Amino acid sequence: MGRFLSWLGSILVTLLGLMMLTFFIGRMLPIDPVAAIIGDQADQATYLMVKHQLGLDRSVPVQFLFYLRDMLHGDLGEALFTGHRVADDLAHVFPATVELASLAIVIGAGIGVPLGVVAAVWKGSWIDQLARVVGLLGFSSPAFWLGLLGLMLFYATLGWVGGPGRLDISFMDEVEPVTGLMLVDSALQGEWEVFDNAWRHIILPASILGFAAMAYISRMTRSFMLDQLSQEYIVAARAKGLSQGRVVMRHAFGNILVQLVTVIALAYAFLLEGAVLTETVFAWPGFGHYLTAGLLAGDMNAVLSCVLIVGIIFIALNQLADFLYRRLDPRTR
Amino acid sequence: MTLREYLTAEETQSATQARWQALYAGWRRLRGNRLAMIGAVLVTSLILLAVFAPEIAPYGPDEESLADRLLPPSTAHLFGTDDLGRDIFSRVVLGSRITLMTACLVAAIAAPLGLLIGTVAGYFGGFVDVALMRVNDIFLSFPSLILALGFVAGLGPGIRNAVIAIALTAWPPIARLARAETLTIRRADYISAVRIQGGSSFRIITRHIVPMCLPSVIVRVTLNMAGIVLTAAGLGFLGLGAQPPAPEWGAMLSIGRSHLSGAWWLSTAPGVAILFTSLGFNLLGDGLRDALDPRS
Repeated sequence: MGRFLSWLGSILVTLLGLMMLTFFIGRMLPIDPVAAIIGDQADQATYLMVKHQLGLDRSVPVQFLFYLRDMLHGDLGEALFTGHRVADDLAHVFPATVELASLAIVIGAGIGVPLGVVAAVWKGSWIDQLARVVGLLGFSSPAFWLGLLGLMLFYATLGWVGGPGRLDISFMDEVEPVTGLMLVDSALQGEWEVFDNAWRHIILPASILGFAAMAYISRMTRSFMLDQLSQEYIVAARAKGLSQGRVVMRHAFGNILVQLVTVIALAYAFLLEGAVLTETVFAWPGFGHYLTAGLLAGDMNAVLSCVLIVGIIFIALNQLADFLYRRLDPRTR
Repeated sequence: MTLREYLTAEETQSATQARWQALYAGWRRLRGNRLAMIGAVLVTSLILLAVFAPEIAPYGPDEESLADRLLPPSTAHLFGTDDLGRDIFSRVVLGSRITLMTACLVAAIAAPLGLLIGTVAGYFGGFVDVALMRVNDIFLSFPSLILALGFVAGLGPGIRNAVIAIALTAWPPIARLARAETLTIRRADYISAVRIQGGSSFRIITRHIVPMCLPSVIVRVTLNMAGIVLTAAGLGFLGLGAQPPAPEWGAMLSIGRSHLSGAWWLSTAPGVAILFTSLGFNLLGDGLRDALDPRS
């Protein structure tokens, strides 16, 4: 219980810190937020009134308390560049990002884990070298550049995949949004043509986003596996006459599963970051696209709300990874 | 005594010689690592390219020629020309200066800041440590590009603000590393000896703790350079970093977005330049880590 309270306390302090940070970034803005709303033609009385409405005539600590109060009510304020409430906008754009990131993590883990295992078992072989090169490229290449090249090659030249956006224009609004995940919604409603079109649009951005995750996951899998394979129980299992496949899969791989779960959870969190640039290249109407649109429109409130939300999701995923680790691995109890 | 004898003698005559010997041993380990040498070559090429950029580039970065718009690569224009008829090769070459300068400035701000915060937290411990590390955790709980975007939103776009924004997101891992190193040595006898002699905390931290943290911080910073280059290019691509007409690689790529079919050369050369730069720092950083820390 005491442990739980101190954990809760540290989470709350971190959250408070997050909000302080976004609050103060908002205050260092060189532009006058009042003038941004009413323009420079308004008279002094209007100016003071709007300033009062925004709470900007109070002292900074009081302003922060107001900010905290709004945040706790889930009120992120209004996005000037869309005219909607930020919370509504985010609820609208988030499913697109979740869909993209989820497919990306499936691709990243689906290729990264086997690649890492094979690279560890045949350490130093050509496949290990290949995994290393692929990993280095994944760490070093700018995702937005890969996106551009991918669009140029697979869309503009070969025509294998759909272009920017989630769907072709002719398929827009054909599917009733239920979950907001285009692939799920179209499948549920039996709209297979829409499903096919959505698939052709998502596969390229998801692969590119998944590439960076794959680099990270395969590198970590390899090092976890090498760690296990050098343990004495592996020697014992081999001495017992177990087949190579059984030693590797049942014994070594079985023991790294817990660590892998946490790595994949962290990789998922980092996909949010990759999504900002990938979504911009692919005009993917998700959270990253919203964030950059807000930035270019100079809409501080929308931008900082996005930053804050990502911070909260990041902490949540970190805690989840931590929790899974402690739950699944009996040694940490 | 030849240089080789000086560097490999069994018994050292002075502290200076011992230091040079340690450096030499590290260099030899680095030499044996093929990938690290490739990284060193890439980074050195980047530096040379940046230094001699005006001599190498055949055209000026802003030399527009509307008659030569969107020309494919040829002998006159090695990487082709862009939508304003500017020579892409010259712009990529001159862009190396922006990239290198950004990375170096960020490192020059973030490394001392992280080093200072980490060593102070580790040395004093207690409340100072808790407070500083809490701030550190808050910064670490944002993905760095997202936090950089937040800072740029507050400061406004531009290369100078991009440098500040990236530096503000780059110090926490360095601080955490410096703190961990400090914790392992702060109870060491030689630190107590300095304190008994009357050395101030300031003197102990700057003269006796910081030098011990430097090797691992240098490795960390080299590895971070790759990420810094990618983040800076990403900001440029979004139109929030270096502003046009500066020949920044990320900003150059954003021109390629409106010419997807056809002018492929617009999106090729600047991207390859970013890739090689980031790859170079990654390889060199990996190699340095292996050379300086044989344990891992």
